[in-house]
Formats: sequence, structure tokens, C-alpha cells
Amino acid sequence: MTINASGEDVLKEVLLVEDSPGDVRLTREAFRDFDQTVRLHVAMDGVDAIAFLRHEGHYANAPRPDFILLDLNLPKMDGREVLACIKKDESLKTIPTIILTTSDAEVDIAKSYQLQANCYLIKPVQLDEFENLIKSTSDFWLTKVKLKQQTQAR
Amino acid sequence: MNAIVDEENTVEVLLVEDNSGDVRLAQEAFREVNRSIHLHLASDGLEAMAFLRQEGAHLRAPRPDFILLDLNLPKMDGREVLGLIKADQSLKLIPTIVLSSSETDADVLMSYQLQANCYLRKPAHWEAFESVVRSINDFWLTKVKLPPQMASG
Repeated sequence: MTINASGEDVLKEVLLVEDSPGDVRLTREAFRDFDQTVRLHVAMDGVDAIAFLRHEGHYANAPRPDFILLDLNLPKMDGREVLACIKKDESLKTIPTIILTTSDAEVDIAKSYQLQANCYLIKPVQLDEFENLIKSTSDFWLTKVKLKQQTQAR
Repeated sequence: MNAIVDEENTVEVLLVEDNSGDVRLAQEAFREVNRSIHLHLASDGLEAMAFLRQEGAHLRAPRPDFILLDLNLPKMDGREVLGLIKADQSLKLIPTIVLSSSETDADVLMSYQLQANCYLRKPAHWEAFESVVRSINDFWLTKVKLPPQMASG
């Protein structure tokens, strides 16, 4: 969360790690319809996601996300590997990381929880169900859950 | 109302909570929100671990679909319980939701560091309490895909 001088949450930062442009667009539209205070950042592959989280290269000024939506099947670096990287890092591990994938395979679900994904969501095929899921996710994680306060160290 | 619950769809929830007022609020809220939830209770950290490890009186305890964990508990603290759950190769798969009246940044941060699945503030009043239970039900039980139950019980 970006906090302004009077201590209000002005913007919520969400990182979407997704290689399908169609799904990126749907997610973006769902957030726009539902919560305009969310700033959605997109990483199209696993390497890009890690660069964003570590403020590397052209991500030097990237904000720390309030939560991460992570697809499992990604080019360059797999979503499972990204998840493991996040959850092994003492600073990044406290960012809620939510798997959002089309896979309903038990092995993927079990593996994700083993790697300490905060929860696992299956992408619905139907458009309105997809929007609904984004809405519920955003509502639960941004208004119900107590997130770690961002101390703007910079 | 028909109170018969379809065993197939029963959801097992372990509530780790020592305050009997909060236990009662949780029981009533879950009854209101979703009748297929079986709420199991552990009133301290040691009992929670015995339940999860099926020890002593908990030999036949089911594996919970998720855990609601208070932080300040007698005998064994909630932070320690969380640490033990998340260090166990099998138990770590069970979503563990911290439900605590503490709002201190240190408690929130530590819970996420120990890999709590999420942190919810426990409200003191009935209406707010019911609303939190409703959120848990609506998100964790209708949207989230919970980990598969291991065949070997």
C-alpha cells in the first residue's frame, strides 16, 4: 500500500504474473470495474516477476505489491519456481502470493500449498465468473485481511 | 430447518481459541453462515498440536480443511503452533488463518513470516464477528481450491 502524508492508503499495488494477454486484459478490466484504487502491475514471465520484486533493471522504482496473483505455467521461469523464490526470501515471503491458474490437478494444488502459496484459485472459463473471482479476491485481500503495513523506507 | 448435513460436503475446521466468549461467537457465526462446517475446538496450543497429530484423546480427529488460530494462547503460544504447523511437511499444507485481536504490526509481520495463509483481526462484537466468519466462508470455502485431503488418513 502506498500511504500518503495523512496516513491514508491511496493506492493498492497488485502484481499479476501472467503470460496470456487475454487473461491480463480480463484481470485489468475486472479490477478497473471493481476497485479503482488498485494499481495493477503485470509481469509476463517468471524472470520478469522476480526482477520486479527485487527492483532490478528497469524495475528500480517498482513498488512492493500488497499481494501477488501468480499463474503456474509461465515462460522462462515457471510459476512454481517463482513461488519458491518468493517464499525463501525473508523479505518477499510476507507478501501474500495467490495462485491463479487453469490447472485443477491435485499435484499442482498440493505442490503450491507445500511451497506456501497463501491460497489457490482456479481461473474460471466463464467471463462473469472470472470477474466475480477477481472481485472476491480483491475484496478479501484488500479490505478484510490485515496486511503487513508498508513502511516506505525510501 | 433441516439440520441433516451431507457427510460428503462436510468441512472440518479447527478453531484454536482459549476465550470461551470468542468460542461461542465463532460457533454461532458458523452455524448461521454454513451448516456443513464441523467446528472442532482446541483451547490451547498443546491441544491444537495433539489434535493435528492425532495424539491422546484426538486419535480419531479428522484432518482439518483449514485452521483458525488465535495468537495468545495458554500452554503453547499461537506463534509457536503456527511455526510447528508450517515446519511439518504434511501439516504445512493446511491453510492456517490467524484470527487475533492483536493489531500490532509486529504480530502481523511475524505471522506472515511464519507463513500464516492470512491474518484477520478478531472483532469483539457479534455483528462484526459474523461478518468476518462470512468473509472466511465466502472466500475460503467457495472461491479457494483447498489442498486435497491425503488418502492416507
